[in-house]
Amino acid sequence: MLIRVSTYLYQRPKLVLSLLLGPPLIYMVVVYLGSLFNLLVYSFYYLESFTGLIVREFTLSTYAQIFEPANRDIFIRTAGMAMAVTIADALIAFPLAYYIARFSSPRLKTWLIIAVTIPLWSSYLVRVYAWKLILAQEGILSWFIRLIRLDGVLEWLLSFESIGGSSLALSPIGMFIVFAYIWLPYMIIPIQTALERVPNSLLEASSDLGAKPLQTFRTVILPLSFPGVVAGSIFTFSLTLGDFIVPLALGNSKFFIGQAVYSYQGTAGNIPLAAAMTMGPVVIMIIYLLVARRLGAFDAL
Amino acid sequence: MTDQSKPAIQFENVSRHFGAVKAVDHADIEIHDGEFFSLLGPSGSGKTTCLRMIAGFDKPTEGRIYLYGQDVSDLPPFERNVNTVFQDYALFPHMNVGDNIAYGLMVKGVSKPERLKRVDEILDLVQLKGYGDRKPSQLSGGQRQRVALARALINHPKVLLLDEPLGALDLKLRQQMQVELKAIQQRVGITFIFVTHDQEEALTMSDRIALFNQGRIEQVGSPSEIYEHPASAFVAGFVGTSNLISGELAKRVSGKMGTFSIRPEKIHLGSVDVNVSPDSYSADGVVRDVIYLGLYTRYLVQLDGGGEVMVIEQNLKTTSMDVLKIKGQRARLHWKKEHTHEVGG
Repeated sequence: MLIRVSTYLYQRPKLVLSLLLGPPLIYMVVVYLGSLFNLLVYSFYYLESFTGLIVREFTLSTYAQIFEPANRDIFIRTAGMAMAVTIADALIAFPLAYYIARFSSPRLKTWLIIAVTIPLWSSYLVRVYAWKLILAQEGILSWFIRLIRLDGVLEWLLSFESIGGSSLALSPIGMFIVFAYIWLPYMIIPIQTALERVPNSLLEASSDLGAKPLQTFRTVILPLSFPGVVAGSIFTFSLTLGDFIVPLALGNSKFFIGQAVYSYQGTAGNIPLAAAMTMGPVVIMIIYLLVARRLGAFDAL
Repeated sequence: MTDQSKPAIQFENVSRHFGAVKAVDHADIEIHDGEFFSLLGPSGSGKTTCLRMIAGFDKPTEGRIYLYGQDVSDLPPFERNVNTVFQDYALFPHMNVGDNIAYGLMVKGVSKPERLKRVDEILDLVQLKGYGDRKPSQLSGGQRQRVALARALINHPKVLLLDEPLGALDLKLRQQMQVELKAIQQRVGITFIFVTHDQEEALTMSDRIALFNQGRIEQVGSPSEIYEHPASAFVAGFVGTSNLISGELAKRVSGKMGTFSIRPEKIHLGSVDVNVSPDSYSADGVVRDVIYLGLYTRYLVQLDGGGEVMVIEQNLKTTSMDVLKIKGQRARLHWKKEHTHEVGG
């Protein structure tokens, strides 16, 4: 009986494919793309401000609200933060990934990769609130900064209106530190993978042809591992763009996109505006991914 | 610094140990200016380690290496005027053929117009005119091989190192490249050091060969010296095929104790009543197997005193019908005494 079923299926590869692929595909289309489409539809409705009810009529007025100065600033602020976090993570991750990929012994490499990914095992929320304590006025970081007598520099930084605040725990600088920490593993791993794929013989060839180590780095290692940096930046950029926990925990009254969406769909009940604001990061990420694909980033994933 | 009258490469008692493994063990080599010199040996015999030490990718544990009289043992690769053609070609995948070839000039700061001019010249030499804008991934194995060669030669190195460069090519292309490489070497006049495990390739191309076995050099000599006068049983066995006879059999055939080698093509196969001239040795036996190979036939003969000998005879007048009839019959083998080589105890 089983043999007959096997033979029947063996002769119909397309049936096997649809049986295997069908359920996850239905899930993807209905739940994932369906909810995204639902968002898209809602973003073209609007909230009647007098009654507080959603009017299900096609309009672009909700999108027009996004370009009001207050909302526009939210987009600029969030994209700026995402960019800063991405650049900082790339700068921190590259040397680490380089060491893991090229210099560590196989044994050490295993331990280093575990060390890089171990924070991902604990709850993200716990880590964010742990950082809130670290960054607090009486926290260990402020204590350390006072110890090395750089508290003047910190106060000077916090005095800037756009990035500062009453303490590290309530400022964009603090958010930047926490974002950079939280997404760092997502940058290290793709860069390390890309670096491991650069064959040793290419580095030997470069050196053999007369290139000094720095020239080899600039002309061979960096261009060949750059797709890994772009791949990592897809994570750090998009995760920062959509996050609302970190701004909620460490931010001040200046909203970030995730936070704005959270409050519009919640207390304000303005689901159309929340949906329209969500479309912002979606569009930004689609453009980003198209550019990343051109740079060969998907080969490094 | 360097002196053209000195040997191109000189190894002075060079050893390279990896932990307890002696990859290269007390090697002394002298490679002359303008020579096509092959490092031949089975895998793991130390030939590639020698090449990597000349290139500077590896440092000797002991001993010194001289390039035209200059001690280069401790110099990094980018300070040695030698270039390498890698086994996997090691072309930069993100650069086109022209940029790959110009790489050595680029890092030395040669101007762009000068680079383009020299790339054009060298593409001509390796017969790849018009391929400058292609990516390495768009080339065939043989073409990549030529690009790798051009990328090394454009720097006018004092010595060119080639690490099994023909290993990945199919037989026809390999034979064609052997002839071409030799022609290019004669044209540019640079010392070539060629690593290979293929004895036929080494015999075809080299002026001289160093034969490696387990980190040690067994023999250095011209192809004919190595083939005709193997210095050890290993050489006799590795380069071409050889019959080794030793012990009682050797004593009965030649009257001397020891181990001797005879090439299979030097042995004549005759009927048992044939008279053997006094300048030859002879031995009788039974033809156990006949393998007809078109151009020649291989016979395996079981000698009366024990031991088996391979004989190769060209099919100048014989056909497959003729030779196959010999199987199972008795035969007398004879060969000139001068073709018998003592290869040690």
